[in-house]
Amino acid sequence: MDETWIILGATSSMARALARALAARGATLILAGRDLTDMKATAADCTARGAADAHVIRFDARKPATFNPILELAEAQSGVLNAAVFVGSMPPQSEISAQPQLIQGVVTDSFTGPAEFLELLAPILEARGSGTVVGVGSVAGDRGRIGNYAYGAAKAGFHTYMSGLRNRLTRAGGHAVTVKPGFIDTAMTWGLQGMFLVASPDDVARDILQGVDRKKNVVYTPFFWRYIMRIIKSVPEPIFKKLSI
Amino acid sequence: MLKTKNITGWGRALSAEVSLARPERISQITAERPAIGNCRSYGDASLNDAGQASIMTRLDRILNFDLETGVLEVEAGICIGELARIFAPQGWLPAVMPGTGFATVGGAITMDVHGKNHHIMGSFGQHVLEITLRQNGGTKTVKPSTALFKATVGGLGQTGVIVSAKLQLLACRGDVMLVTERRMDNWEMFLEALDTSDAPYTVGWIDATAKGAALGRGIIEEGETGPGLVPKAAKSKAVPFNAPHWALSRPIVKLFNAAYFKRVPDMGRTSVKPIQEFFFPLDKIHDWNKLYGKRGFHQFQCVVPIENAPALRDMLEVIAQSGLASPLAVLKRMGDGRAGFMSFPMEGYTLAIDFPNRAAARALIEKLEAMTLAAKGRIYLAKDALSTPEAVQQMYPEHNVWQTQVEKADPDGNLVTDLIRRLNLRKQ
Repeated sequence: MDETWIILGATSSMARALARALAARGATLILAGRDLTDMKATAADCTARGAADAHVIRFDARKPATFNPILELAEAQSGVLNAAVFVGSMPPQSEISAQPQLIQGVVTDSFTGPAEFLELLAPILEARGSGTVVGVGSVAGDRGRIGNYAYGAAKAGFHTYMSGLRNRLTRAGGHAVTVKPGFIDTAMTWGLQGMFLVASPDDVARDILQGVDRKKNVVYTPFFWRYIMRIIKSVPEPIFKKLSI
Repeated sequence: MLKTKNITGWGRALSAEVSLARPERISQITAERPAIGNCRSYGDASLNDAGQASIMTRLDRILNFDLETGVLEVEAGICIGELARIFAPQGWLPAVMPGTGFATVGGAITMDVHGKNHHIMGSFGQHVLEITLRQNGGTKTVKPSTALFKATVGGLGQTGVIVSAKLQLLACRGDVMLVTERRMDNWEMFLEALDTSDAPYTVGWIDATAKGAALGRGIIEEGETGPGLVPKAAKSKAVPFNAPHWALSRPIVKLFNAAYFKRVPDMGRTSVKPIQEFFFPLDKIHDWNKLYGKRGFHQFQCVVPIENAPALRDMLEVIAQSGLASPLAVLKRMGDGRAGFMSFPMEGYTLAIDFPNRAAARALIEKLEAMTLAAKGRIYLAKDALSTPEAVQQMYPEHNVWQTQVEKADPDGNLVTDLIRRLNLRKQ
């Protein structure tokens, strides 16, 4: 089966791990992000590891003008078209509190930018009657916490968007998988205090592909975060508001 | 962001508190701090106590590969074992592979590592066609035959941070090994067999507890690559905790060695194995270094010139008498191939033996080192944790030439590691 994957935010380590896993099964890759030099290295790597082809193209969540060229490149590919979204930004909450205008960037990177892109992609998938969208959110989006509620709010918005997109694509023969990673060993978390049970980007990539192949709706990775978050979500608000977890 | 971590060399006898950066993009590589890989050097080559380092393992991409010529360009953080896994089925192998597949390409260059084919193919650095080196103030493309290349290969990471390298791979017949094992009853027989072996890959396991007439007994393994199908290598297992101190005590090692020796039938045998099992036999047990307990261990590895082989026999005698050796003891014939000023290899015989980290073992290693020096040999800095500046500077006659290049390349001493400080290898 011919498959093409658009990977938004392809410089992140989770995206790279997924790209490698897809390369190993012979997919065509469209790597989209801001650091073209770095993505060229990833593209070469994916080709050597079995990708049918690997393209590099600019994507900036804050610059919608970058969206259309990616869609045009994608439309030119035959077979099943898919997309995986890894974009997002997480400045420390203290920085956001000091400069509230930073919220704009966080929301654009983590929610509205990719959502606008996916809204443009959706009709293409509907027309082909196939394809899966993987949206990487975060367990931080499951409940607002004092430590990173601006980022969490953006991811919560993205989760809701993904849920609606799934509703839409399903009836056209496509699918959408919401991925909620817990603590993953990435550049974003390197050196952060209080991390535990940290998973590797390769673990995440494996979970994502499994979720795609089995048509899962919401994937927690590693899986036990589903239960951790179930507990966190079940704490009554009068108590939760006094906690600092 | 930096992450402060306590890290150890593979021998776990030395450790350091290091602030670690972990670049994920080419643009994040800096020569402001030394680069480290998977920390497979036994001593302190990858340590920088109370300092900083960059872990390069996230920069592990294949940048280019030509199936016709076998020329491969990779980032410094990719592992040798990964290269073997990917390219052997396509008919190519890293020309030189060290005893662990977890060594990174960057580490293999800065240690100018050798493998089971050193007598034919020479050292790792001899198959490096080009190095991209980040120095303070820019990035350089370094070609063989230049002084900077010779200071970088085997150069302990002191000339800059390796970003990527172009390697000439070696054609292989497939990803399967044909391995012949033969018992060697004593030292003389062993040397004779090593000298006359014409196999592409040769390595000897030596029973360092055997004495008297059996001194130097062991097993010679000769291998060549071939096509075919073998069962996949078994899934790797991990050592979950530190073993107790008696796990490698004298009677247990003696028993183990005797059994290991007799495992090979009298007349020898030939078998077919997956490549990984022949080249990286210990990699399938993750964290096997924990078997030596929390005090860790030391590996002593030396090479002595051919004419001084009797000195090596004397060393083995001393080791056997001490009763301190572990089952891990390797004897190999080396060619004269080396690519850098500070490269380890010289034409002769090399002996590598692990010892649990105890006062008696440290004293024994000191003695073995003196014997090595007297025999005009040298010790391997990728293994060393105990040597002294005086000894090492005598063993490495081109040390001064290396030093001059290093001071030009890293004048502010940003890349100094614990090993460099301990052996006083750089100018003050």
